[in-house]
Amino acid sequence: MSALLSIEDLAVSFRTDATPFEALHGLSLDVLRGRTLALVGESGSGKSVTAQAILRLLPTSATITRGRILFRDGTGETDIARLPAEGSAMRAIRGQRIAMIFQEPMTCLSPLHTIGDQIGEALRIHTGADRRESDARTQDALARVGFPDPKRALRTYPFELSGGLRQRAMIAMALILKPALLVADEPTTALDVTTQAQILALLTRLQEETGMAILLITHDLGVVANVAHDVAVLYRGRLVESGPREAVMRAPGHAYLRALLHAVPRFDMAPGERLTPIRPARAEIPPVQEHKPLAGPILQVEGVSKTFTLRAGRIWQKPRLVHAVSDVSLSLAAGQTLGLVGESGSGKTTVSKMIMRALEPDAGRILFDDGRGPRDVHTLSGDALFAYRRSVQFVFQDPYASLDPRMTVRQILCEPMEIHGVPAAERKERCRALMAMVGLEASGLGRYPHAFSGGQRQRIGIARALAVEPRLLVLDEPVSALDVSVQAQILNLLKDLQAALGLSYLIVSHNLAVIDYMADTISVMCRGRIVEEAPRAALFRRPVHPYTRALLAAVPDPSLDHPLDFAAVASDLNDPTRWEAPYRLEPDEAGTMRAIEAGHRVRFGGATEAVAA
Amino acid sequence: MTDALSAESHFVDPAPFEPDSGPEGRAESASAWRLIVRKFLHHRLAVASAVILLALYAIVPFVELLAPYGQARRNGDFLYAPPQGVHLFHDGRFVGPFVYPYRAHLDLDTFRRDYKVDTAAPQPLRFLCRGDGYDWLGLVHTDLHLVCPPENGTLFLFGTDKLGRDLFSRLIYGARISLTIGLVGVAISFTLGLFFGGIAGYFGGIVDAGVQRLIEVVRSLPELPLWLALSAALPPNWSPLLIFFGITVILGLLDWPGLARAVRGKLLALREEDFVQAAELMGASPARVISRHLIPNFMSHLIASATLSIPTMILGETALSFLGLGLRPPVTSWGVLLNEAQNLAAVQLYPWLLVPVLPVLVTVLAFNFLGDGLRDAADPYQ
Repeated sequence: MSALLSIEDLAVSFRTDATPFEALHGLSLDVLRGRTLALVGESGSGKSVTAQAILRLLPTSATITRGRILFRDGTGETDIARLPAEGSAMRAIRGQRIAMIFQEPMTCLSPLHTIGDQIGEALRIHTGADRRESDARTQDALARVGFPDPKRALRTYPFELSGGLRQRAMIAMALILKPALLVADEPTTALDVTTQAQILALLTRLQEETGMAILLITHDLGVVANVAHDVAVLYRGRLVESGPREAVMRAPGHAYLRALLHAVPRFDMAPGERLTPIRPARAEIPPVQEHKPLAGPILQVEGVSKTFTLRAGRIWQKPRLVHAVSDVSLSLAAGQTLGLVGESGSGKTTVSKMIMRALEPDAGRILFDDGRGPRDVHTLSGDALFAYRRSVQFVFQDPYASLDPRMTVRQILCEPMEIHGVPAAERKERCRALMAMVGLEASGLGRYPHAFSGGQRQRIGIARALAVEPRLLVLDEPVSALDVSVQAQILNLLKDLQAALGLSYLIVSHNLAVIDYMADTISVMCRGRIVEEAPRAALFRRPVHPYTRALLAAVPDPSLDHPLDFAAVASDLNDPTRWEAPYRLEPDEAGTMRAIEAGHRVRFGGATEAVAA
Repeated sequence: MTDALSAESHFVDPAPFEPDSGPEGRAESASAWRLIVRKFLHHRLAVASAVILLALYAIVPFVELLAPYGQARRNGDFLYAPPQGVHLFHDGRFVGPFVYPYRAHLDLDTFRRDYKVDTAAPQPLRFLCRGDGYDWLGLVHTDLHLVCPPENGTLFLFGTDKLGRDLFSRLIYGARISLTIGLVGVAISFTLGLFFGGIAGYFGGIVDAGVQRLIEVVRSLPELPLWLALSAALPPNWSPLLIFFGITVILGLLDWPGLARAVRGKLLALREEDFVQAAELMGASPARVISRHLIPNFMSHLIASATLSIPTMILGETALSFLGLGLRPPVTSWGVLLNEAQNLAAVQLYPWLLVPVLPVLVTVLAFNFLGDGLRDAADPYQ
């Protein structure tokens, strides 16, 4: 099989204030015709730079210093590295013979033009097709990427579409000129798991139909194991391992890839098995602290609901109501971890905000027990509220946005202590202890957050949350903004700290593997309701609800022995009216939660009520 | 592809793997302010403008020392004298800075004064010499000048006006008023903008809506007629100092909406930031959130916006004084000096009367470049 694209000894360097920074040091790899090459690496490994070099879309501060990019399309052979980046030869290749899809489909589609306009534009530019012909071919392309009503889709604007449909539109746009090579830069990272599985299935199917080659850039080894034919692993601008998927994934040769495979949470992990981070945090975990046992759960959410009012588009229209959370109940025992799983829009973040008292629930109550009996969080005021703010701390998803860039790490760690009146002498000592606790050098206290990497910043965020000795941590997607290679480090740190400090965790995440690794009990949310809740082992051993089963089936596993069943993920299962009986819910129907075994409760639809009665 | 082939094509880098060399952060520990300064220093035009402005403002406290003549000193024999050149060499011999004296005589046909340069007798300038007396900053009475006209001679670098007053000296005196009116005016509009923008951005809702409408009303008033009306309303019997104060207040009152909008927009954006929410969830009081998180993060942007609005003030004063409605003689500002250049015939005969345009141009451009540089540097993390 011949190579469609051969990269030979490619080096790219960036101009900086000081010395030039070389992002790629002599990379060589082949993309074979009709096959998918997965380019794997953490941020800063040079995988996106490679894609930009192939399309000659490098930023102006970057130059190709040596090497060749040979593109063998048809009979000829072109060295892309030698073409002028803005010349007509490059423009003929870019978009027409090599197409690209990006991570964030919303920012790549113009909000002012219809989908049909934007997809047809490429066709009209490159082939000179007229309006009617381009419309017909666009409609055809939209049908092929799975738009339910391609004719209507021609006239829709990007903001009317869901994330998955937008990515499908991007794919249609990339493929309408039948390119020989598709460069996909993290095409599913911004999508929910079920949508991700659908897009992966679509890419596989389209490749079979058209015979194009795909260069898939990803950090997700699960995606690699499921769709790639060949794998290339980049580490700090160097190729460390490459080869066919079977050879590379079954017998990883390089220490980095082996370590990476052990650092990713998997479903088939033995109970009590720990992840091995590539770079251990070297944290000084404090000795175990005993807490007085509580009579009941530390946190209890009882039937809370929250409805948002959307401003109506026209004056005479009634305002639309969105039921973000309906009748959600949760219970978290002290020292345990509760995982709240759901796709975007399921209401899981709204629940966590209500627990933090950043939002008021419309109905229901939230009880928190700080050792003096449960009290309703939303009736607290004055000193009691202040004490609650101390007992419950929040860890943010984005480690870049959650630390004030104008403060040193010492000021950041001291802030909660200043607010809660910890004496100055004690604060200084505590700062050092906190840094050691999360495995950072005390010398970092005088630095500013921008001097730290993403994983280190997240550890600073955790240290800040622990500064005032809280009882409960609410963790909102604590690792989803981090590289896979540092996720294990953060998850292990959280586990160790929980064991030592007797903390209770509420983890909100869309990543089932992370929840599986961390949580003791799991609640699955869909459309503002809990559909299934169970102890961790029971949920993964015997998922009952169709939505839970769909979520589990859609998670790509890095092991080659558990491939995704692309046929099973074809339909959208976040619509309650499409669930099979007895779980099916009519629109606006609440259904009822019933226990099917100890601690394992599932939401049933009204139809079963009637049968049972 | 066969299995044998695939086993062969499995490449593994033989170099040893050191996991410790991971994606660590940059080892620098510079504060945000230091990063801003570093980024600002890369903007050459802005740095040059900053140097020019520093030099201009350095003049302000020492105008009496630097000006060869007092601002009201009349030289009755030299009305409308053209600029005098400073020379170094006489007859191919170095004599140091000197001027050639003017011989004035009245042309009885045209009634114009003609000034002949007498190149026979060079008159060396005097330095650190005694001249017109003045009270320096109202504290010390002295008559020291950096440079004085030669004994029995004259030094008119930019010529004289219709009363025979030295234009160069008056320009230096004018700098004091024209440069400070920008700062005082911006201080007023900064305070107003911070207050109105702050309450609009922090409280939102009805307060925000009210402030926004107020801004729109102020912005929709035609600026020049309003200036004219307001300054015409200043009582004519006020002392020059009170007039000066009145004019700055008028300029400041009309300039704040731009700053208020900048403050409001930045506040609204910052309030959504995770680190602000983090502080609120820790139980921080609004005062703490504002002083510790909001103000430090938007101050650099505000300073940039304020710098960009100083030239508006300077131009405003110049425009008002040019029209005769701003500052009035005997106060000297660049606008007041230009007021004398209103007469087209005078400008044609005595073009040096237009020289005050130059410092206005340089100052306004320098402030604009400086503000541009500051604005680019204000966000050091991009």
